[in-house]
Amino acid sequence: MSVFQFDLTELPPEAEALRAEVREFLREELGTTPASRRAASWSGYDPEFSRKVGARGWIGLTWPKRYGGHERTFLERYVVLEEMLAAGAPVGAHWIADRQSGPLLLRFGTEAQRQRFLPAITRGELAFAIGMSEPDSGSDLASIRTRAQRADGGYVVNGTKVWTSNAHRSDYAIALFRTTVVPDKKHEGLSQFLVDLKTPGIMIRPIIDLAGEHHFNEVVFQDAFVPEDMRVGGEGDGWKQVTTELAFERSGPERYLSSVALVMELIREVSRRPTERGISAVGRVVAHMATLRQMSLSVAGMLQAGANPNLEAALVKDVGTGFEQEIPEIVHAVLGVEPTVDTGGELEQTMGYLVQRAPSFSLRGGTREVLRGIIARGLGLR
Amino acid sequence: MTSELRGLLADTVTRLFTDLVSKELIESAERGVWPDKLWRALEEGGLTLPLVPESGGGAGGTWLDAHVVVRAAGQHAAPVPLAETIVASALLVGAGLEVPLGPLTLAPVRADETLTLARAGESVRLRGTATRVPWGAAAGHVVALGDIDGRAMIALVPRDTARTTPDRNLALEPRDTLIFDDAPALAAAPAAAGVNADTLRLYGALVRSAQMAGAIESLLQQSVRYATERRQFGRPIGNFQAIQHNLAVLASHAAAASVAAERAFAAADSGNLAFHVAVAKIRAGEAAGIAAGLAHQVHGAIGFTYEHSLHFATRRLWSWRAEFGGESHWSVELGRHVTARGADQLWPDLTAR
Repeated sequence: MSVFQFDLTELPPEAEALRAEVREFLREELGTTPASRRAASWSGYDPEFSRKVGARGWIGLTWPKRYGGHERTFLERYVVLEEMLAAGAPVGAHWIADRQSGPLLLRFGTEAQRQRFLPAITRGELAFAIGMSEPDSGSDLASIRTRAQRADGGYVVNGTKVWTSNAHRSDYAIALFRTTVVPDKKHEGLSQFLVDLKTPGIMIRPIIDLAGEHHFNEVVFQDAFVPEDMRVGGEGDGWKQVTTELAFERSGPERYLSSVALVMELIREVSRRPTERGISAVGRVVAHMATLRQMSLSVAGMLQAGANPNLEAALVKDVGTGFEQEIPEIVHAVLGVEPTVDTGGELEQTMGYLVQRAPSFSLRGGTREVLRGIIARGLGLR
Repeated sequence: MTSELRGLLADTVTRLFTDLVSKELIESAERGVWPDKLWRALEEGGLTLPLVPESGGGAGGTWLDAHVVVRAAGQHAAPVPLAETIVASALLVGAGLEVPLGPLTLAPVRADETLTLARAGESVRLRGTATRVPWGAAAGHVVALGDIDGRAMIALVPRDTARTTPDRNLALEPRDTLIFDDAPALAAAPAAAGVNADTLRLYGALVRSAQMAGAIESLLQQSVRYATERRQFGRPIGNFQAIQHNLAVLASHAAAASVAAERAFAAADSGNLAFHVAVAKIRAGEAAGIAAGLAHQVHGAIGFTYEHSLHFATRRLWSWRAEFGGESHWSVELGRHVTARGADQLWPDLTAR
């Protein structure tokens, strides 16, 4: 028997019914949004759009109703996500809260935390960032040094987080701090906190990416106070928490659909001016895309069944991000268009956008090297 | 069959192949010896005719059931025309014909060849040359596709009515030339609806994709085992990150090929076969090339010898990826379909299937 299990997953009729609703909604909301804008995918940030999605009941879809959720299945959620991404909807303002922060609170948060945060998240009114990486801690996340030291009624935090996407426009961050220094045991003594980003002592500075865009931030904590009741779970549970939800973070359709807008432009161009080379490239791209969708869907099916497919998720992300990165290469090889920033057609601009974004695909959410290490562990090699 | 039952079927098939398909057996098959005991065991186990109704002597199953058997045959490099028999018997059933015992094959398998069927009084006769017919000389019967008056017909012809010239693929599996000179068919009937000249290649590509997925799984297992056993620089080579990452990539291609192939078998049961076969043959074929390269890299020089068994999988993969159309053929097929539908139809199509 294989180490990895990817059972075929069929979507239930209710998921397909929901798909039709989401599609209709997106048709109305996105209208004639150009491909080069749609290409931003889950980096696109539009709080008004997120509120509308929340009003439709599509954030926190699987969560209990008492927290504003809708108690629907992971497969229905999967359909909402893939439709949003395939259409290039600007989901960034609720993406992290829906994918990570909310599920974390559901699993490890206190009742008060759930009641306070989850309903607002489901309405699309509360945006979250993730504070994990630090200047000296990237892939080696457990080496973080930002300290949260006990103080009256809570903790005083000192240190620096980096690459904190959307910190400048989020309400809260879920941040990983060191609450206890345990010599030689870096995975111990870590705790996660709900941090109000308007707290005095927190400074948020932009980190401009190579394309001149502002998504990342450096978040500096100088004696910033975090109340005790904003700690998620017990002291020292941080590492367990950050590794528990990885399957949710890594297997989603966002790990293979980041370049879908360019795939569409490639097909549009080859349909217009067919060449054997172009047609063949389209066939190959679609074969990879269809396979990745099945793999990603299969992990969603396992999540629905209550399994913990962390390994399969790592594998989907590794293959998926490789696919996303290959798309600009293929378009370059087949069509030879010059990527542009503000002139040229949709093909050129979408290419210009994605060719500059692509390096990040295999960095965010666990680098390719980290993922391959996880896969190797699954194979029994470490 | 439920997925639990399919799991049991997989266990049964794996046990049978593990017991009977030894290195010696594959080697003797490469010298042209028919593995009679293996074939009999498969027939007695009811594994050769998964798609034939129980009333017709088969297992009365689905293509997803057949997938379990075909994949396992690929994984163990079973040197018998099991995949061919499964496809040929399904075509016979589709045409309402009885399925004989014994190994079956199909013709023609190449896109540039056709066979002519003609009525001669009560009987139907088959004429023409088919090359690269898998297990052509070993099969008891040939299931031939031709047409009479523009209507696709399936004919069952005893293999010994054909003149045969032996030929082989890289794995030394028979790929023979069969020459039919007005050979009388035992039976003939109009093919099931939707069957046309491309159908044999479609189903051929379907089964090869699952055989490839199985063979890639075998490469993965052999490579992981070797990496944990072989020591260099004082430790197992699997301790080195470079080797680990190669094996991780190999694993990801194994998974992708498996998913694509199994999905295509599901489509054989429920529709949209052409789309999913194209996806599967492209994806598994690409995985085959990469996985074979990585497996050999991990194994070093020993894997390049005839003595080591790695090549039973890699030589099959190099042939299978080209048989019934390689990635270039299917990419053009799929690309034509997708571009004809248009960019905006891609996502609805992808999610509708």
